[in-house]
Amino acid sequence: MNTTWSRFNIASLVLGFAFLYLPIVLLVVYSFNESRLVTVWAGFSTKWYVSLFNNQSFIDAAWVTIRVGLISATVATVLGTLGALAMTRYTRFRGRLLFSAMIYAPLVMPEVITGLSMLLLFVAIGFDRGIWTVTLAHITFSMCFVAVVVQSRLVTFDRSLEEAAMDLGATPVTTFFKVTLPVILPAVVSGWMLAFTLSLDDLVISSFTSGPGATTLPMRIYSQVRLGVTPEINAACTILIAIVAVGVIIASIANKRREVQKARDEQAAARN
Amino acid sequence: MQKFIASVASRLVIAVPYFWLLIFFLIPFIIVFKISLSEVAMSIPPYAPAFDLSAGWQGLKDSFGQFSWDNYIWLVEDPLYYKAYLSSLLIAAVSTVLTLIVGYPIAYGMARAPATIRPTLLMLVILPFWTSFLIRVYAWIGILKPEGLLNQFLMWAHVIDTPLNILNTNTAIFIGIVYSYLPFLILPIYSALEKMDYSLVEAAEDLGCPPILAFWKITFRLSMPGVIAGCFLVFIPAVGEFVIPDLLGGSQTLMIGKTLWSEFFSNRDWPVSSAVAVVLLLLLIVPIVLFQRAEARAQESEK
Repeated sequence: MNTTWSRFNIASLVLGFAFLYLPIVLLVVYSFNESRLVTVWAGFSTKWYVSLFNNQSFIDAAWVTIRVGLISATVATVLGTLGALAMTRYTRFRGRLLFSAMIYAPLVMPEVITGLSMLLLFVAIGFDRGIWTVTLAHITFSMCFVAVVVQSRLVTFDRSLEEAAMDLGATPVTTFFKVTLPVILPAVVSGWMLAFTLSLDDLVISSFTSGPGATTLPMRIYSQVRLGVTPEINAACTILIAIVAVGVIIASIANKRREVQKARDEQAAARN
Repeated sequence: MQKFIASVASRLVIAVPYFWLLIFFLIPFIIVFKISLSEVAMSIPPYAPAFDLSAGWQGLKDSFGQFSWDNYIWLVEDPLYYKAYLSSLLIAAVSTVLTLIVGYPIAYGMARAPATIRPTLLMLVILPFWTSFLIRVYAWIGILKPEGLLNQFLMWAHVIDTPLNILNTNTAIFIGIVYSYLPFLILPIYSALEKMDYSLVEAAEDLGCPPILAFWKITFRLSMPGVIAGCFLVFIPAVGEFVIPDLLGGSQTLMIGKTLWSEFFSNRDWPVSSAVAVVLLLLLIVPIVLFQRAEARAQESEK
């Protein structure tokens, strides 16, 4: 294909990526600022990181966030993968339209509505608010994101592989674990990572569904931000950004390696 | 026996996520609707009548008798609410158009880039989306403040003499929404443009069609599914946005997400905030259904 890689295209990409990245870069740079004033550069310093690690309320919030994130991402991945299977494999069952609506609607539903409705459910059934209510809420909205990610992989899946396994006597359950799951695994893993970061980042739904002793990191950051911009928050944000960036980069390198390995295997197979 | 296990397994595949969503997504909406018909009360939970199954059928019937539409009448009578709804819809619509204007050239540039660097560009668009929404909005406070980095830069470059007042205005909200939702718009447009056959454009140009017209008649037309999906992904959540108007907008900015939040957390008026949520959902139901149908159709066509 003849791609015209014109000056206009390059300019729009450079400007676009500058717009996307400049605010984050500035935030990270100013977290190393000596001065308390966030906008005046007074020299390099890591003192805000030190004071952050001595701030017990931040440490506690970080633990709550990590626990909620790990549990909710794992359960959401299982439920979301099941949901994706149901959507792609069973084209006809009672209430499929409702099911598809319930999978897609949370993707765009304003968070204030989801948060409020979850909270009112927990109040109605008399469930004490705390870390578990936040986890349940996170599972519910992130499982839909997982379902969409896994579904997009499942629709291109070659089903003759499954049929071959079943013809050879494998039960449907064995077939799923030995044939289907390995093929869709990259999508399942990226679904898990997406669910984890969604949980890590969520402020609105957590604020509604959380109770005493279950303050998450975004809630902690938000209540600090309302008091004003401080280098300490910049430091907390930088750590969160670093965690996510490292995770995404490792995942993409692993993905690339797997593709290279696959290409090599295919070449070897072709030669034999 | 094996057949039995298989049929149970296939039923569970559907039933487990189905019932989870019914319990934690659909039923909560019914509860929201129910509480929007209650009145605020000094009790725990802070509304009356409370939904109490232990009171039996008679108790249930009594509480139905106490339901009223007062909260909805209140929403109509107090201009604060409909102004907030209107301005939320307006702000979301303007921001969606602005996001499209900013995002389309980026998506187009990505789709026309050499195939070898496309995956990297794609990752660069997705990466900010993985970093916290709150953090990305927070980053703009330091930039847009009167003594912030943007004003410092513009004054240093002698473009302006007095600092611009951007923070706490609608302009700041537009910047915040465009910035936060940009990847949502770029990704669907990019995937539509990447699949496109550019020889169509070349053919049109060979036949004497001016490039601008060829772009409009062919490229833009063919990217429409991506544009529509992207616009919904920006518009619907932006209407109910809370974090951006709260952190970047001023005290006079009216957005319904913020109104709902303050009704709930500051006024502790659960019934009114439920009514606000029900009306917001009714406003968004048409775009949500259109979005869901567009997505389902896109999935079908992939098969």
